[in-house]
Amino acid sequence: MPMTADMQLGGSGGSSPRGIAVPAPLRAACAQVRPAGPADAVAGVEPGYVAAPADVSEASALLRAAADLGLAVVPRGTGSRLHWGYPPARCDLVLETTRMNRVVEHASGDLVATVQAGVQLDELAAALGAAEQRLALDPPGGGTVGGVLATAAAGPLRLRYGMPRDLLIGITVVRADGTVARSGGKVVKNVAGYDIGKLLSGSRGTLGLITQATFRLHPLPAGTAWVAADCAAAVDAAKVIATAMESPASPVSVELDWPGADDPVRVCVALEGDPPGVAERAVALIRLLEPNAVSVSVLAERPAWWGAGPAARRDGTVLQIGFWPGDLGMVLAEIRSAAGAAGLDPAVGGSAAAGAVHAAALPEADPAAVASFVAVLRDRMGHAHGPPARANVVVLHAPAEVSALVDLFGPVPSLPLMRAVKHQFDPAATMAPGRFAGGI
Amino acid sequence: MTEQSLAGLVPRLTEICGHDGVITDPMELRTYESDGLAAYRCSPGLVVLPSTAEEVASVVRACAAAGVPFVARGSGTGLSGGALPSADGVLIVTSRMRAIIEIDPASRRAVVEPGVTNLAVSKAAQPYGLFYAPDPSSQQICSVGGNVAENSGGAHCLKHGFTVHHVTGLEIVTPDGELTWLGDGTGTAPGYDLLGAFIGSEGTLGIVTKVVVRLTRIPQAVTTLLAAFETTGHGGAAVSAIIGAGILPAAIEMMDALSIEAAEEAVSCRYPEGAGAVLIVELDGPDADVRAETAAVRRLCEQAGAFEIREAADPAERVAIWTGRRSAFAAVGRISPAYIVQDGVVPRTALPEVLDRISALSAQAGIRVANVFHAGDGNLHPLVLFDDASAEQRAAAEELSGAILDECIAHGGSITGEHGVGVDKSRYMPRMFGADDLDTMQLLRCAFDPAGLCNPGKVFPTPRMCGEVPGVRRGPHPLVASGQAEIF
Repeated sequence: MPMTADMQLGGSGGSSPRGIAVPAPLRAACAQVRPAGPADAVAGVEPGYVAAPADVSEASALLRAAADLGLAVVPRGTGSRLHWGYPPARCDLVLETTRMNRVVEHASGDLVATVQAGVQLDELAAALGAAEQRLALDPPGGGTVGGVLATAAAGPLRLRYGMPRDLLIGITVVRADGTVARSGGKVVKNVAGYDIGKLLSGSRGTLGLITQATFRLHPLPAGTAWVAADCAAAVDAAKVIATAMESPASPVSVELDWPGADDPVRVCVALEGDPPGVAERAVALIRLLEPNAVSVSVLAERPAWWGAGPAARRDGTVLQIGFWPGDLGMVLAEIRSAAGAAGLDPAVGGSAAAGAVHAAALPEADPAAVASFVAVLRDRMGHAHGPPARANVVVLHAPAEVSALVDLFGPVPSLPLMRAVKHQFDPAATMAPGRFAGGI
Repeated sequence: MTEQSLAGLVPRLTEICGHDGVITDPMELRTYESDGLAAYRCSPGLVVLPSTAEEVASVVRACAAAGVPFVARGSGTGLSGGALPSADGVLIVTSRMRAIIEIDPASRRAVVEPGVTNLAVSKAAQPYGLFYAPDPSSQQICSVGGNVAENSGGAHCLKHGFTVHHVTGLEIVTPDGELTWLGDGTGTAPGYDLLGAFIGSEGTLGIVTKVVVRLTRIPQAVTTLLAAFETTGHGGAAVSAIIGAGILPAAIEMMDALSIEAAEEAVSCRYPEGAGAVLIVELDGPDADVRAETAAVRRLCEQAGAFEIREAADPAERVAIWTGRRSAFAAVGRISPAYIVQDGVVPRTALPEVLDRISALSAQAGIRVANVFHAGDGNLHPLVLFDDASAEQRAAAEELSGAILDECIAHGGSITGEHGVGVDKSRYMPRMFGADDLDTMQLLRCAFDPAGLCNPGKVFPTPRMCGEVPGVRRGPHPLVASGQAEIF
């Protein structure tokens, strides 16, 4: 970061003068640029300035100016997941998308919506709900469309509808040098050209700024039921989940919640569709799940823990464990065993039938113990198979003392190709430098 | 490349693939001169038939070292010339790589080699109550590797999605001959989503050697309805009503009068007499839901003016309903000496307007167009009929095809929904995308294949130079150097 010493002399942002004034080229590019304050820190690194472009042309001008000035840029939506990943190696300019908050087009007859990156998921849900439609994304913590895409954040609906990239059909991005590029379009079926939207999905701001996205929508279900099963042990929960997935019940989500090693393991299956059909399926499912559960019941509302498990924690260390769904029983056992060996008792839960669970260690957990937990877990799951690895353990976020001790991303296949892609898109490495896998 | 450098490769390639794995005979080479789009022909310089991923990697390394271009080919059923060989290059055919390596029913995953046919995956999964959802109409012969290259869909992708939604890991050979994995089969692999970017890249970023696919539970119930309307306009109204009611069928297909006539002549599909349009609607899912949806679809079709509705009572009747639709492409061969299949897409709600426009363009050009389309997702397959003995007709047909694609683009659609760009539509890419868009896409190409040897000449009308990009800035901070930062 340039001129750090001077910045430290400055005030606390807003209109009060800080260490350095906003460089003229940035002011010329965008009407809303201000010196940054401590609240603008990105994973502990305080930027110099914060810019909030009104539209894609201001965003492009800003990135062009930033590139000319050699500034490192970190995109930000509402900041829900800005603490994910490593602290940036450099951070001069935070580029905030929240003013780009328009639903550009909701073609309800086509089940498609085009939205600017700064639109928040709950605002979008309200707009689409008026037409009985939804964007089938429910990541814990919500956030902006751009942020959800950039972090590949998903919630319980991922079992049926997949990740954000699976619903994305068109994207507009601004490259590090200010070039504005589109790929895809606004029709669901389209194979013309490379899919830059997939590439930007989960790229954590390191390849460019997402300014607009077009999504495939789905009708809101007429009816939903939740079938909750409490199990005495993880092995039973794995059986319950396998049974639900093999049944004709056709679950849209299957979530697991296991707050601690000595707690019961709770499973909840969501069914959606025609209300009488949903009711019929729920009743049939109860009978199928009973043999492996302590109790099974149909709920009229989602349980309180739904979407509020370890993935929703903003502090401490949160791991995301991806695996082949059939390995669930083994994965749960390995998580408890690795955590127990490290003296930890993390909350575990998530979209178990989709092959993604999370584990959360508390902020006060000993960093060395957390690091050992991660290392042992990776070791156990990596030894079983491969390639392909069939499992991965990614630390979504961790206190600085922990991220200093662990590789947050673990082994990444094809890292040289990823570096080559980064080099093509951002040769000067100014986009969120150092935040991603392999130091990208 | 000179013929000499190709000939020089033969001993090395023979060492890798064996004598029966290298084809040099000109007559044999000619059998590989085109894929499913026979309008483009080019005999490959050489053909190799590797049996393992390691052999593919060795072949690619040999090509890369010699600077010889290479093209991968599965079953050769593509419809955009995506597997068109290079005369001065090597065609790498995956037909010997046909092992289904693993079915993991508990994980709903299968690991297969790229030469395995699409349908073979579903057949292998069937005993476990699972199937592989993407179902391109060539599924009996098309290869999974080709499906990955083209991001293939099929009639049922309206509900079930495309190849990219059902592939969770790929082993590939990079254009410089390295074997590596994209994704790990989980769907949450760390790092960039190179897996997602690779699928649908039409063989230009590398060669697939293993595929991890996601399997889907076979639905409890399936209903297939055939509804006959007087016009495509009435059929279109029924489609809008179905989607508007919040129903997502597995498939909604439409055929117009001319394509019905052709199908009738070819396979006697016995669609209702006097139909100006037929709609095939397939619903799948749990019993109770499908029952309710079927009743709703029948009602909505009747309200939209359907004069006859049939419901398949058993699998045989379902096949009968689909026969006319599936045979449509081949059937028009009976009513026209030659035809061009287009693959444009429009937003579904623009279908009536675009169909009217196609009909006007067709009348204007004096060229018949038969319409078969995936009505649920707006993917048109206009069949532009002409007499290839007449150069004039051919030119008029090609012009009409281009005009139809322009209509699709003007309505915010795409030049290709599932057949790919290949060599056939690369010239239309600049009509759909700007120079910066195409340039940005090709950054990906430069990252994977800076030498431009992997399936060259496809997708993009003009290749991007992948020269050295400037490195990281050094020296004093530019803000300081330029004096643009004022210090308080």
